[in-house]
Formats: sequence, C-alpha cells, structure tokens
Amino acid sequence: MERMNVNPTRMMLTSLKRRLATATRGHKLLKDKRDELMKEFLDLARENGRLREEVEVKLADVYKNFRRANAIVSNEVMEESLMFPKQGVELEVGSKNIMSVDVPEFSFTTKAEDPADILPYGFSRTSGELDNAISKLSDIFPMLLDLAAKEKETALLAAELEKTRRRVNALEYVMIPKLQVTIKYITMKLDENERGNQTRLMKVKDMMLEEALQKKREHDMEAINRLENNQQ
Amino acid sequence: MYKIGVIGDSESVIGFRAVGLDVFPCEDPAEAARLIRELAEGEYAIIYIMEGLAAQVEKEIDKYKDSRLPAIIPIPNKEGASGNGMRNVREAVKRAVGADILFGGNDK
Repeated sequence: MERMNVNPTRMMLTSLKRRLATATRGHKLLKDKRDELMKEFLDLARENGRLREEVEVKLADVYKNFRRANAIVSNEVMEESLMFPKQGVELEVGSKNIMSVDVPEFSFTTKAEDPADILPYGFSRTSGELDNAISKLSDIFPMLLDLAAKEKETALLAAELEKTRRRVNALEYVMIPKLQVTIKYITMKLDENERGNQTRLMKVKDMMLEEALQKKREHDMEAINRLENNQQ
Repeated sequence: MYKIGVIGDSESVIGFRAVGLDVFPCEDPAEAARLIRELAEGEYAIIYIMEGLAAQVEKEIDKYKDSRLPAIIPIPNKEGASGNGMRNVREAVKRAVGADILFGGNDK
C-alpha cells in the first residue's frame, strides 16, 4: 500500500492517528450495518421472489378469464362496459425505516362501499366470465400492492447494501492500510531524526570537551613555561 | 393522496380499469417512456408496466430505481410471464450481495 504524501511531523502524526481511530471505528460500525442489512435483505428478497411467482400465476389466471370473456362479448362491448369504472382506489403512502433506509409503505382504500358491487355495467350485454375475471383481479389486487411495496423495498435495500459494502471495502482495503503505512513512515522518520539529533549532540559535546581540554592544556603549558623561566 | 397507474397494451390493461386503477394503453416504447416520466412526476406512487414493454424502456425505469417513489413494477401481460420481472429481483440480489445466491441464477 502506498503511503500518503504528507510531511513527517509530529502534528501530522497525531492527526493521522486520530483519523485511523475514526476509520477503524467507522469500519466496525459499517460492517455491523452491512451484516444486519444483509440479513434483512435476504429474507426480503426470498419473500419477494415467492410473492412474484404467486402473482404471476394468479395474473395469468385472470388474463385467461378476460380472454374467455372476450370470446363471448365483443371487444367494443367490453371497452364500453369498462369505460366508467365504479371502483376507485386511493393509495396512501407511509414510510418505514429499515436500517436507516427510508422505504415506502402502501395502504389503499377503495371507493366502492360494497366489494361485491364493483361491476360498472349492466348484466344484459355482458357475460358472467367478465364478472368472474374482474372479481378475481380485485381479489389479487392487495397482493399486487404488496408486491409493489416489497419490490421497491428490495431495490432500495439493494442500493443501500451495495453502498455500504463499497464503503466497508474501501475502509478495510484502502483507507486503513494507507493510514497505517503512513503512520509507520512518520514514526520511523521521527525516530530517525531523533537518533540523528542524539548523535549530533554527542558529537558536539565531544568537540566541546576536546576544546575545553585543549584550552586547559595550553593554560597548563603556559604556567609550566612561566615557572621554568622564573627558576632560570 | 396517491394514485396507481398501469401501462401496457390495451387488451392487457383493460381489466385493471375495472378495479379502479388508472390505465394508459400504450404499445410504443417512446410513448411509454414519456408516460413513465409524466406519471412519475405526477402523483403516481405505483406504476405497473407490462413486462414486454418494460424491457424496452428499461433505461427510463432504471432512473427511478433508487428513488423512494414511484415504484415501477413490471407485471406479466396477457401472453404470460416472460421471466423479466423475476430477473429484476435476481439482479437486486446480485447487486446487493455480489452474486446471485438465492435463485440459482439459471437464466442466461
């Protein structure tokens, strides 16, 4: 791992150490979040797949009914019969929080008071197959709504999970090693400087001692010389 | 107050009108893309779209994938399920986990 391009100073070292601590903590938290999200997501996706299969089968059945009705009454009559629906659906969107992901929750209210009385046409020109088809579709409608909610939830969680996974990996394999390498580099550099300083000081001390000694020796020499001169 | 829209060929969507949804008969991809944009900006929280058509306007649908609303859900049309909707679920798993570990990934 390549180290960051920073000045090897003590101040930088402190700030990097602080960043490493934050990164490590963040990594741990994100990892926990990822694990929990994954648990939620897998359950949800499994449920979603099951629900979709069920809806697909049931819808196929509904279409079959419509086709049967279509075979009996003409296209125009059918269009006409369904032109002005009695039933209306109003959708309420709530919101639910799953691991800080904001997902919508759907609930609906129907306009028609009597669920049996949703057929918007008279019975003289249409056939029973059409009634059947519509009531079947009306029956599976809550499932369709559930599917929509689940599918959206799955998609949103998947996006969040992907993001979290990327962040965890970025921290684990890039940020943290980089910080560690840089911290090591600065520590070594500082230690090296310290040692250099130490030796320099020792050297200077030696030189100063040498000088002092030299001076003392000269002083002594002078004194001896003077003494010798006096004796003569 | 939100609404629910259904986009697809007229024969498939007509039934949904009877149960009180707003249907938009449409078979042209360009028109469908325009419809999706319009409905998404309007007060539609759920848009059901027939699978065959959904496959042709995937780009438009993907735009709303990560936003909270609307939920754009492909459903089978009168020809039956094409496996397209199921693939969406699979792709979500693949995206989240990195590999499809739930549904066996036996398409393609």
